[in-house]
Amino acid sequence: MPGAFEGETVTRRNFMNLTAQGAGIIAVASFTLPALGFAFAPVFTREPVVWQPIGPPSMFPGNTYTTAVITIDPDIGQAGKTIAYVRKRDPGIDTEPEDQYNHFVALSSRCMHLGCPVRYVDAAERFICPCHGGVYNFRGIPVGGPPVRPLDRFYTRVEDGLIQIGPRYSVNFELHRFSPRDPGEPLNGIGQFLYPARFSTAKL
Amino acid sequence: MPKLPAPPLPKVLTPKPKRPGDNGNGSPATPAEAGITVVDWIDERMSISPGVRWLLFRKVPRGINWAYTLGSATMFAFLAQAVTGVFLAMYYRPDANGGAYASIRNINDNIFLGQFVHGMHKWGASVMIILIFLHMGRVFFFGAYKYPRELTWVIGVVLLILTLAEGFTGYLLPFDDRAYWATIVGVNINGTGPFIGPFLSDFLRAGPEFGATTLSRFYAIHMLLIPGAIAALIGAHLFLVTKLGISAPPWLKAEEPDVLQRAEA
Repeated sequence: MPGAFEGETVTRRNFMNLTAQGAGIIAVASFTLPALGFAFAPVFTREPVVWQPIGPPSMFPGNTYTTAVITIDPDIGQAGKTIAYVRKRDPGIDTEPEDQYNHFVALSSRCMHLGCPVRYVDAAERFICPCHGGVYNFRGIPVGGPPVRPLDRFYTRVEDGLIQIGPRYSVNFELHRFSPRDPGEPLNGIGQFLYPARFSTAKL
Repeated sequence: MPKLPAPPLPKVLTPKPKRPGDNGNGSPATPAEAGITVVDWIDERMSISPGVRWLLFRKVPRGINWAYTLGSATMFAFLAQAVTGVFLAMYYRPDANGGAYASIRNINDNIFLGQFVHGMHKWGASVMIILIFLHMGRVFFFGAYKYPRELTWVIGVVLLILTLAEGFTGYLLPFDDRAYWATIVGVNINGTGPFIGPFLSDFLRAGPEFGATTLSRFYAIHMLLIPGAIAALIGAHLFLVTKLGISAPPWLKAEEPDVLQRAEA
């Protein structure tokens, strides 16, 4: 090889070039990669499971919804609170299988179109979203407007005589449980593959 | 007797050559000349004047009109946003627990000219969006994106996206009801992108739910990350505009044979 001594496989000029460029790449990567990992950390951080008491079972009859204010994020005051609509499970209406987490049905007030807060209208037995006219029936299944799946639910359990509300989960139209998805992401058919489960949340 | 050459003078006695710009009495003759001297002093070291001439005194095609000023107008809208934004940051607190809203109230109600500077930033944002779309429309309908200006167009599209991202991230900062719900809806729209949408939403919110660091994250993106990228890309955009020149308006082509004939005659 021209420019190289006997037995050398790389010229000294080439070797110096590669060394200088490699050192530059290592130097830049040494501050860029940690900074990026720092910025993207929340995507990969699993949220802790929190159970919050909302009251005794007598407060939540089965024929209508009672609101319960729960805390999603304790650090931001009122902005971190949301409303859950809670009622006792009614085997005559609720056809999904019963287990330890759904003796009480707790629906999230987050509309499954784009996340506006729905309200329950007792006379119509419907949930209605003010933003784009989404309508859900008594079980939280869409019956009109743009929502792509039934209202999210919260795990509930009865502990020490109080109902506790746990993490959120999402359901498809058959009310099968999925890990929490954001609004606007359908879960029936191809939707469950287009919108995979996130690292930050999981099913119980 | 032949004359002998004069003996060489010692160095301290030889007259020194004049320095450039020296008129003999050690000071500039007029204040105007003093200004020129300062500029010359800098230019002698930086050699920047050819670049400035290259950027500002260039040939433009016949028939250009006011529609060609929309790009500059957009850039000045960005400069206005940058300046007012820097000074708003002196009073704004990105505290999601009520502090952000309180600091905006303070800017609007108590600070001298606060409402004016905040208003310029708020309405200037809409002005910039309108101007950038008008600019894009001018380039599109005049066919100015064609060879060799495709890269200018691509950079311009990135600038458009970054400007819209500025509008989205800035919308949250007042942290009133509209800001909060607009961000909830906006992040959820973003989440409907297949496969990476849900993860991008987690990145924007700093977690699966809107939380305390969502606001500071939006603030950092709004005031540091995107403005820096926009400034750098405007530089590249302007370099390409200057290097490639401005395209003639499309209707000028019909006149070309006439121009040639006159040149030959």
